Amino acid sequence: MAKQTVETKTLVEFKNLKTHFHTSAGVVKAVDDVSFSIREGETLCVVGESGCGKSVTAMSLMRLIETPPGEIAGGEILFEGKDLLKLSKRDMSRLRGNEVAMIFQEPMSSLNPVLTIGEQICEPLILHKNMDRKEAKKRAIELITLVGIPRAEDIFHAYPHELSGGMRQRIMIAIALSCDPKLLIADEPTTALDVTIQAQILDLMREIKTKVNTAIMLITHDLGVVAEMADFVVVMYAGKVIEEAPVIDLFKDPQHPYTKGLLKAKPVLNQKQERLYSIPGQVPNPVELGSNCHFHDRCEFCMEICKTKEPPLRIHGDSKHKTACWLYEEEGKVQ
Amino acid sequence: MSLEAAPVEVNAQVPAKPVKADSPWRIAVRRFARNKLALAGLIIVILMFLICYIGPLLSPYNLYDYKLTDKNLAPNASHWLGTDKLGRDILLRTMLAGRISLAVGLVATIITVLVGATLGAVAGFYRGFVDTVIMRFADIFSSIPTLPILIIMGTVLSDLKVDPSNRIYFLMLMLGVLSWMGLARLVRSQILTLREQEFMLATDALGLKDNRKIFRHLLPNTIPIIIVSATLSVAGAILSESALSFLGIGVVPPTPSWGNMISAANNLIDFRKRPWLWVPPGMCILITVTAVNLIGDALRDALDPKMKK
Repeated sequence: MAKQTVETKTLVEFKNLKTHFHTSAGVVKAVDDVSFSIREGETLCVVGESGCGKSVTAMSLMRLIETPPGEIAGGEILFEGKDLLKLSKRDMSRLRGNEVAMIFQEPMSSLNPVLTIGEQICEPLILHKNMDRKEAKKRAIELITLVGIPRAEDIFHAYPHELSGGMRQRIMIAIALSCDPKLLIADEPTTALDVTIQAQILDLMREIKTKVNTAIMLITHDLGVVAEMADFVVVMYAGKVIEEAPVIDLFKDPQHPYTKGLLKAKPVLNQKQERLYSIPGQVPNPVELGSNCHFHDRCEFCMEICKTKEPPLRIHGDSKHKTACWLYEEEGKVQ
Repeated sequence: MSLEAAPVEVNAQVPAKPVKADSPWRIAVRRFARNKLALAGLIIVILMFLICYIGPLLSPYNLYDYKLTDKNLAPNASHWLGTDKLGRDILLRTMLAGRISLAVGLVATIITVLVGATLGAVAGFYRGFVDTVIMRFADIFSSIPTLPILIIMGTVLSDLKVDPSNRIYFLMLMLGVLSWMGLARLVRSQILTLREQEFMLATDALGLKDNRKIFRHLLPNTIPIIIVSATLSVAGAILSESALSFLGIGVVPPTPSWGNMISAANNLIDFRKRPWLWVPPGMCILITVTAVNLIGDALRDALDPKMKK
């Protein structure tokens, strides 16, 4: 539905973002030199397995990295041209929930158990939009209806424990949308939900995106969700972006061996497979990773250069499709 | 694309009957009401309040009726609980003393809760340096022996010739200030776990201010603990006040309090021959404190979400 990717304005730009965690075992470079951008009204999916730095990237954008042990060690995050990392705490809280909103993975625990749904939806409205109680209540009921929950008036007065997981996630979306954010970060919003509710929530997010035209940064490890939702995909591995491409390109022509492996590892309808493919090996220990391709020890095309030098993220062929892999570099071909 | 279509497909998730919201409070009230002992305690405390605050208005006597001709009368038809050595009606004095004792208990507890909950919440929320400072303060306060400090304060107040009717306010303040530490620790430990919950991350993501996070999102989650601890501290404060007044450094005559009425028992003759002087206030303390403790215990059970009865 959103194939109208005419050149729109860039909303967010990550430039060489580095987020490190100082642990007793050493420095963990959870996000290491990550650059990509999100355009207005676009859905960008960040995929990768657990611990690859997807969530940390999003949390860095919200400036919600706990310091210590975390620390944004370098880079810039430009939001409409201004660097979020340089904003004062005060300006940052004004931005949070207002221009950038976030939905979390676990709807069961993301709502405060002692406050009614209504109070929690009204809160950002009163805070950011300077509404009075009455206006906020009216808007809150509209929002509850907007996210597809009937009996909005009753739900307004209900407590979180009276709602199912799917309904709570809808409420979270309503809260996130309350101030018409320009960017909605959804950190695995459907992981904790069952498949049917998952589909409903994704449908809802898509509908709402077209309605209010916000950009979505969707963090997921589910390629099915990516195919359904994304305009543009960023694949991360061990803190680095290894491939980024428009969704069609990525599924049609994956370049990085890791992406290829991921795509091979998903089941295909109407095709009998004894066992799904799995990428051999494990994600490397994130402590003190060397300067090389972090995927080299699991890669079937591994070459000498992969073990010693880090591949740059570069366009190979197609205009928007970037990959960080020596297979496509001159230096790699020499060997 | 119309959003109006959406509600139809999610109807299945919604409970069919429009049940009225069962708030956590209503559940707690129901559980509390099922506890017979606690209900008895509640009724006793309410009666005690009613008797102490309304009773004196119905009494034919007043506090300053010194009728030496009627002194030391045993309970009889006109003086139901007898009279003391100045001819004052014991029943009236017991009721007025109750006002003082109950008020001291309540106000001291309110101070305890305000100070304890606020400091505990702030310490738990900010952690680090703030936490260390507040908790070390709490340690210092708890290592001060309460009774000697109160005795010293009592004598200082006497030396400064503070008006006896004002002493009671100092007493409330001191009792409150010397007993906030336990609650502060409890609240702090709760806040420490609560602040790591995902809904607090959500409040971060909404850009809420710290004071709102603490007082609107975190503290309401600790209210069960605060209520229970406050109830029990009412009983404690009443006892402390009685003890101090008994020793003559709390509420001082002519203002009656249960504690200073019992000090009549200091005198061997009064103790042995005139039990009506000290038994009524003693019984009042016993009954009130027991009733309040029963309520506290029941509240703890009622507010504990893990009790599934």
